[in-house]
Amino acid sequence: MATQSLIPAGDYRTTYAADTTIFPTAGSRYAVWAGLALLCLAPLVLDRYWLSLLIQIGYFAVAALGLNILVGFTGQISIGHAAFFGFGAFASAWLSNNYGIPVFFAIPLAGVMTTAVGLIFGLPAARLKGLYLAIATLAAQYILQDFFARANWFTGGVAGTAADAFSIFGFAFDTDHRYFYVVLAYLVLTFVLATNLMRSRDGRALVALRDHYLSAEMMGINLTRYRTLSFGLSAFFAGIGGALYAHYLQFVSVEGFGILLSIQFLGMIIIGGLGSIMGTLMGTAFMVLVPEAMGWITDAVRGSALDRALSLKDNLSFLREMAIGLVIVLFLMFEPDGLAHRWRQIKAYWKLYPFSH
Amino acid sequence: MNTHLLLQLVVNGLIVGALYGVVAMSFVLIYKASQVVNFAQGEFLLIGAWVCWWLLTTYQLPFLVGMAVTFAFMLVFGIALQVVVLRPLIGEPIISVIMVTIGLSIFFQALCKWLFGVFAQPFPPIFQTQSVQILGLEIQTVYLMSLGISVAMMAGFAWFFQYSKHGLAMRATAFNQQVAQSLGISVRNVFAMAWAISAVVSSVAGIVVGIVNGVSSALSLYGIKVFPAVILGGLDSVVGAVIGGLVIGVLENVAQYVDGQYLHWGNLYEIVPFYVLVVILMIKPYGLFGTRDIERV
Repeated sequence: MATQSLIPAGDYRTTYAADTTIFPTAGSRYAVWAGLALLCLAPLVLDRYWLSLLIQIGYFAVAALGLNILVGFTGQISIGHAAFFGFGAFASAWLSNNYGIPVFFAIPLAGVMTTAVGLIFGLPAARLKGLYLAIATLAAQYILQDFFARANWFTGGVAGTAADAFSIFGFAFDTDHRYFYVVLAYLVLTFVLATNLMRSRDGRALVALRDHYLSAEMMGINLTRYRTLSFGLSAFFAGIGGALYAHYLQFVSVEGFGILLSIQFLGMIIIGGLGSIMGTLMGTAFMVLVPEAMGWITDAVRGSALDRALSLKDNLSFLREMAIGLVIVLFLMFEPDGLAHRWRQIKAYWKLYPFSH
Repeated sequence: MNTHLLLQLVVNGLIVGALYGVVAMSFVLIYKASQVVNFAQGEFLLIGAWVCWWLLTTYQLPFLVGMAVTFAFMLVFGIALQVVVLRPLIGEPIISVIMVTIGLSIFFQALCKWLFGVFAQPFPPIFQTQSVQILGLEIQTVYLMSLGISVAMMAGFAWFFQYSKHGLAMRATAFNQQVAQSLGISVRNVFAMAWAISAVVSSVAGIVVGIVNGVSSALSLYGIKVFPAVILGGLDSVVGAVIGGLVIGVLENVAQYVDGQYLHWGNLYEIVPFYVLVVILMIKPYGLFGTRDIERV
């Protein structure tokens, strides 16, 4: 896994406050504010297609962030993240449909419910490591998926369930242009939450657990507690992401939360960089755009000899799956530390530009 | 209580379980030799079955010739996969290796759907008689053949690991790679050989299932079903894999019986192995025959 920071020579930190600061330089702080301002303007410029992609990136990134806390920071493996994502989606729809809870409150409540489920499946995680945990979460994926198909009272069974639009004081966020701001707000909130978590004692305990769990235990970190906590946290973020997804599409069906989505989540954090919070966002954007890019490519070669020979257009969904599998394999072979690492190298290159070695 | 049906299901379970055992065995082979958890094991079945089907239907090859060509292909395929994809990843953390095999599994699954379509394709008929009566039970001829092949493979594995030079080299590598290397064993060749054997053996199971149910992407589900079997038996035990496979096969069918006769929940057949898996992991994570990880500080 990636080493965390590339601190250039001559950058001495003399206080704890300086060491744990979020923005090491003023420039990085301005860049983040400028980026946020640009994003706020996005709905004014972009059309529906691009906005829907941005919204997708937003809710997937919230869920992927949870997975990165579990996999990247704590070193646990989960192949069942999509099931928690789905549980959050159903829970939020269920709460707002059956109990009349406004969607505004249903989304965080769905996160809490998903945390409870995550903690249940996290209990074996307290005893298991590595491979065995991967297999246990694989089982959780199938068990939860089976539960979704069975539990008519909760999910509407095979027919699926409708979800209300997000609204505050009667103002409905029911178009892409409006819902974008809801997702953006949640994205910023969760990313700030995660960044601050990693600066706290609990966050450092999780990282210690990943790096050497025996030493961590000797230093007084309660392994069981933190492993379970990490599972609960990851489920919480997944639940929030799922709830955002539900109220965006305003319809939740059982099929969407299969093992393929779980693998896509893992792909997002691997491509972005394990243990990197900004990397999660980059990886999610990459993972959402790659299948779309397959669509653009097939559109571009439509009608050509290549298209006729391979009938690309009719097999677009398979091409997308192949692209997902392929980028995961290629990234692991050639860039195992992910986009975040590449980004740091690019920055380091320009910092030393004329004299780069 | 319908004893006859139950008995029939148990026999079916044993036959399907023997196939699970074969796949589990080849899964354990890779894990033991190269410490790679192969999530793409199901795709070996899938690719083997599709290649054989394609040879049989397109080129009208006789069954045995088609099977031999398939084996040759799978041998090359297994080695190529190990050399090209897995070899650069030696020494990487476990999550990378797991994710690579998962990525491969998605890739090949989608590739097969693209090349061969999504519909189940039947094999050309191979036996004259569809089924035979044994002790009042209806058993398909293909199942008998599959049972025969499974037992033969298990015997072959036992002989290979007990007596052959390569099998001993593989066991030595599994025991300790450095010691094996110092004895003049090429660890790289052993890894490649493990993948090749595993691919070939899995493709046999794939072809057999393909003959019974038709070839479709459902075959790759066997790669997932293998996990309950190997965890029950212990990840690094070949004997455990076989026993685990048999138990899971019977359990599925008994679950189907209980479901059909009493509960009427539906779909219990599919999901029971995973509940069993979670229970085993909670109470006995190293399985029945697996080696316990003992960590010394």
